[in-house]
Amino acid sequence: MPKFEAGTFDVIVVGAGHAGAEAALASARMGAKTLVLTMNLDMIAFMPCNPSIGGPAKGIVVREIDALGGAMGRVIDKTHIQMRMLNTAKGPAVRALRAQADKVLYQQEMKRLMEDEDNLTLHQGVVEKLIVEDGTVKGLETQAGGIYRAQSVVITTGTFLRGEIIIGDLRYSSGPNNQQPSIKLAENLEQLGFETVRFKTGTPPRVNSKSIDYSQTEIQPGDDVPRAFSFETTEFILDQLPCWLTYTTGKTHQIIDENLHLSPMYSGMAKGTGPRYCPSIEDKIVRFSDKPRHQIFLEPEGRNTSEVYVQGLSTSLPEHVQRQLLESIPGLEKAEMMRAGYAIEYDAIVPTQLWPTLESKQIVNLYTAGQINGTSGYEEAAGQGLMAGINAAAKVLGKEEVILSRSEAYIGVLIDDLVTKGTSEPYRLLTSRAEYRLLLRHDNADMRLTDLGYRIGMVKEDRYAKFLTKKDLIEEEIKRLRKMMIKPNEQTQQLIQEAGGSELKDGIRAADLLKRPEMTYDMIAQLTASEVELADEVKEQVEIHIKYEGYIEKSLQQVDKLKKMENKKIPEDIDYHAISGLATEARGKLAEVRPLSIAQASRISGVNPADISILLVYIEQGRIAKVSV
Amino acid sequence: MEFDTIAAISTPSGEGAIAIVRLSGPEAIGIADKLFRAPGGRPLASQPTHTIHYGHLEDPTTGEVAEEVMVSFMKGPKTFTREDVIEINCHGGIVSVNRVLQLVLQAGARLAEPGEFTKRAFLNGRIDLSQAEAVMDLIRAKTDRAMDVALGQMEGRLSKLISTLRQALLESIAQMEVNIDYPEYDDVEEMTRPMMLEKAEWVRAEIEKLLQTSSQGKILREGLSTVIVGRPNVGKSSLLNSLVHENKAIVTEIAGTTRDIIEEYVNVRGVPLRLVDTAGIRETEDIVERIGVERSRKVLKEADLILYVLNYSEALTAEDELLFEAVKDMNYIVVINKTDLPQGIDLEQVQQLAGSKRMVTTSLIEEEGIDQLEEAIAALFFEGEIEAGDMTYVSNARHISLLHQAHKTISDAIGAAEMDVPVDMIQIDVTRTWEILGEIIGDTADDGLLNQLFSQFCLGK
Repeated sequence: MPKFEAGTFDVIVVGAGHAGAEAALASARMGAKTLVLTMNLDMIAFMPCNPSIGGPAKGIVVREIDALGGAMGRVIDKTHIQMRMLNTAKGPAVRALRAQADKVLYQQEMKRLMEDEDNLTLHQGVVEKLIVEDGTVKGLETQAGGIYRAQSVVITTGTFLRGEIIIGDLRYSSGPNNQQPSIKLAENLEQLGFETVRFKTGTPPRVNSKSIDYSQTEIQPGDDVPRAFSFETTEFILDQLPCWLTYTTGKTHQIIDENLHLSPMYSGMAKGTGPRYCPSIEDKIVRFSDKPRHQIFLEPEGRNTSEVYVQGLSTSLPEHVQRQLLESIPGLEKAEMMRAGYAIEYDAIVPTQLWPTLESKQIVNLYTAGQINGTSGYEEAAGQGLMAGINAAAKVLGKEEVILSRSEAYIGVLIDDLVTKGTSEPYRLLTSRAEYRLLLRHDNADMRLTDLGYRIGMVKEDRYAKFLTKKDLIEEEIKRLRKMMIKPNEQTQQLIQEAGGSELKDGIRAADLLKRPEMTYDMIAQLTASEVELADEVKEQVEIHIKYEGYIEKSLQQVDKLKKMENKKIPEDIDYHAISGLATEARGKLAEVRPLSIAQASRISGVNPADISILLVYIEQGRIAKVSV
Repeated sequence: MEFDTIAAISTPSGEGAIAIVRLSGPEAIGIADKLFRAPGGRPLASQPTHTIHYGHLEDPTTGEVAEEVMVSFMKGPKTFTREDVIEINCHGGIVSVNRVLQLVLQAGARLAEPGEFTKRAFLNGRIDLSQAEAVMDLIRAKTDRAMDVALGQMEGRLSKLISTLRQALLESIAQMEVNIDYPEYDDVEEMTRPMMLEKAEWVRAEIEKLLQTSSQGKILREGLSTVIVGRPNVGKSSLLNSLVHENKAIVTEIAGTTRDIIEEYVNVRGVPLRLVDTAGIRETEDIVERIGVERSRKVLKEADLILYVLNYSEALTAEDELLFEAVKDMNYIVVINKTDLPQGIDLEQVQQLAGSKRMVTTSLIEEEGIDQLEEAIAALFFEGEIEAGDMTYVSNARHISLLHQAHKTISDAIGAAEMDVPVDMIQIDVTRTWEILGEIIGDTADDGLLNQLFSQFCLGK
């Protein structure tokens, strides 16, 4: 194959899935001349699994991406068929939005956004090899012989690296949804010294909507209230499509029991590690045999298609068994299976080989993001893609690198977990992974991250100005309610009584009254006439801030401690093997992870407090030694 | 980490007229001011640095004056550690100094790790380079030893109980997490406030029980507080002398406080006894006269063990019966002394009054029966009647301080649950309690929750 010079860029992004799309858009937005290379331009931002975005933790990530100037929130706001706020009966910290996506529209919208972005070029091509000189990436080569040169490269190849689809005893080399896999690039990364693991994930069958008997199922509508992920969205989709709920039956379980020997998971055909939080139906039935039935959600894949995603029936049993399974489920007795479910195995790189910027430790200026880093989920991929894109561009442009802390964003939690602890299964964000989840709320993502987004150039002037106004209004209103006294007059007492509270004995500050569990901002507003009518999102911030002040304060104190430890930097050239006091295990782990701060070091499993003490002493010793020379 | 405030007893334990508790760190002054009351009322923070002040420590939870102290106040960086340092000088002996330590730990200090003051001194550039290696060796060695101790305790009863509490909390937390992360999941019961409350209250009650045994745990450090009672001339003084002469006694005077009680320590077959109010016995021999006095009742009430002496040669009197009444429900041993004289006492009547309590007959003058008495004391202790089982474990100041913290966080959770706060907020304190309890038994692995989540529930959306 003759080679040719195909172009020179600041940043090249390999892959255009959820990670690649955000990486490319971010890099371009930061001002870097960016190229995105994908095997198939029709597969940009494709959703190979469930047609939904958001949910607990994940939905908060989408809002964080939006606050930092990313695309996922804006795109889903325009292309969903349904949106719901989850956990509304719980506290504000765990509320989250989830949208059902129109898969095709989502892809089209994302592609359009990328095409419209200045500084961003889209090419179709299969990347086979990275060009690396003196440990620094310089560009890459495609199957067609194109040599693309760049200062930074971001790899976002998802499950394509040596991807293999498994259905029963059928096994073949493939990317998701029968796209071509990426084999040469996988070999190239291996040669470059990347350590990889074999992971596995799966997807359920799709059925034709016209063949479903919906009368056997329960309807699951979206919310009546208009919702949006993006803080900038002003137009809402009101015409929504419902999802439907049905259940597996004893018959389903019997079919699985009888055919278990045909399942690749149990026959030993599949060797990759699958995620525990997203088990196949055969897994669920084997591991929880006492459970009589499992939920099955029927989710439309879009407005212009009859394909319906059978959520909860992820399986890699042979196709004929999948048909039987569907027949055993109420409403799906006559369902026509349009696509079979399958499992896919793929190579993921061990993420502790990355710095918290997502840059590779082995190869300078090379970044990886998304499923290749051992995660699972569109939102996790997009969050990483955004950060890798920002950092790749920042490095080229000589701007500051951006590392989100665990106390700033779920994205920070996600990346820190990956690069500090690694992962033994495809990693999914859960709210329990965040120590400061009260601070990392869905509602305050803009408050947490817009400043940063503006500083690095991801958030533009007009948006920032709006944000500052909102922030001011919130602060002013909190101040006002803290000062204003509410008298125990008739109106007050009546309102409190109606809300089910106990009556006031004395005057009380408005903020203190709001702290009572039964009181809401709107009630307080009735008692404290204000000349400005505030927007709902401002009221919400004021209410949460005042109501949960005690808890928020406690979290902030913990964050203060964390920050002090974050500020204790560990010199990059430290030689852990020269520190005699460290336990052997700790020494190995520290040398592998190479934490940037004492805080990060203390999160590595196998590094105990005594090792941290010794590390501190050693670092100080080095510092003193340098000063005294 | 060297970012919080640490405290430790910095004088050798046991002897010495004065003992010192030292604090170092950013909160040292604040913590001291929470407890310290100078006669003029001036807080330490407003005093010039490197000065020493007379006053009292007050227990902030009860408002009671706890100890009479001299407090040295030294602002960093001109201190040993270069941090703010407070040194609380209190009366020597084990009781005072432990009390002071407990107070500062409860007020927010953390018990220092071995060598930690030295480590801080080094980190803050106070010690020269050549000492660094030594400091590291110290940390390593001491921690290894602490690990051995911790491992030994892992098999203990405390560890089992704590693990049970943690497991119970973990199940609730996991259930909560599933409710949050899989809100549409139908096989998981919704965790409600009453459910949370029930679990939290049970855990708090268990922690309280542990904390109660912890004050008994102090017994091993401080001795089993023991009072000798009986009418005049039954032989209390002889009993005291016998116990003291048979065993090596350490006499500690708690002087300078309003209590002029003299305590003597004896070690009876491995059981440390702190004989209380021995001065009173020696001087007056007249406890009946004082039995009505509130103070004596208090002494009785606070006693872990009472040695109740009767006269073998005389019939029981009304006073005796009054004393039986006063000590009922307490741990006591009946000592029937003067068997060298002809019997006057109705043993069956004594038996009836004493119920299942142990009885020993002695002739202290003939030096008879002391062995049996000592056996009875040891048996009472080791057979668990004075709940000695957990003592060994919760006698550790670090454990006590962590248990206090756990008690606070679980109480916060309970308070919130009663206030209609959303369950996931309540859970913050429940999770914190789970973490703190984990620190006690050295289990801080953070994948416990996820493992619980995925093994307990069948998840998937």
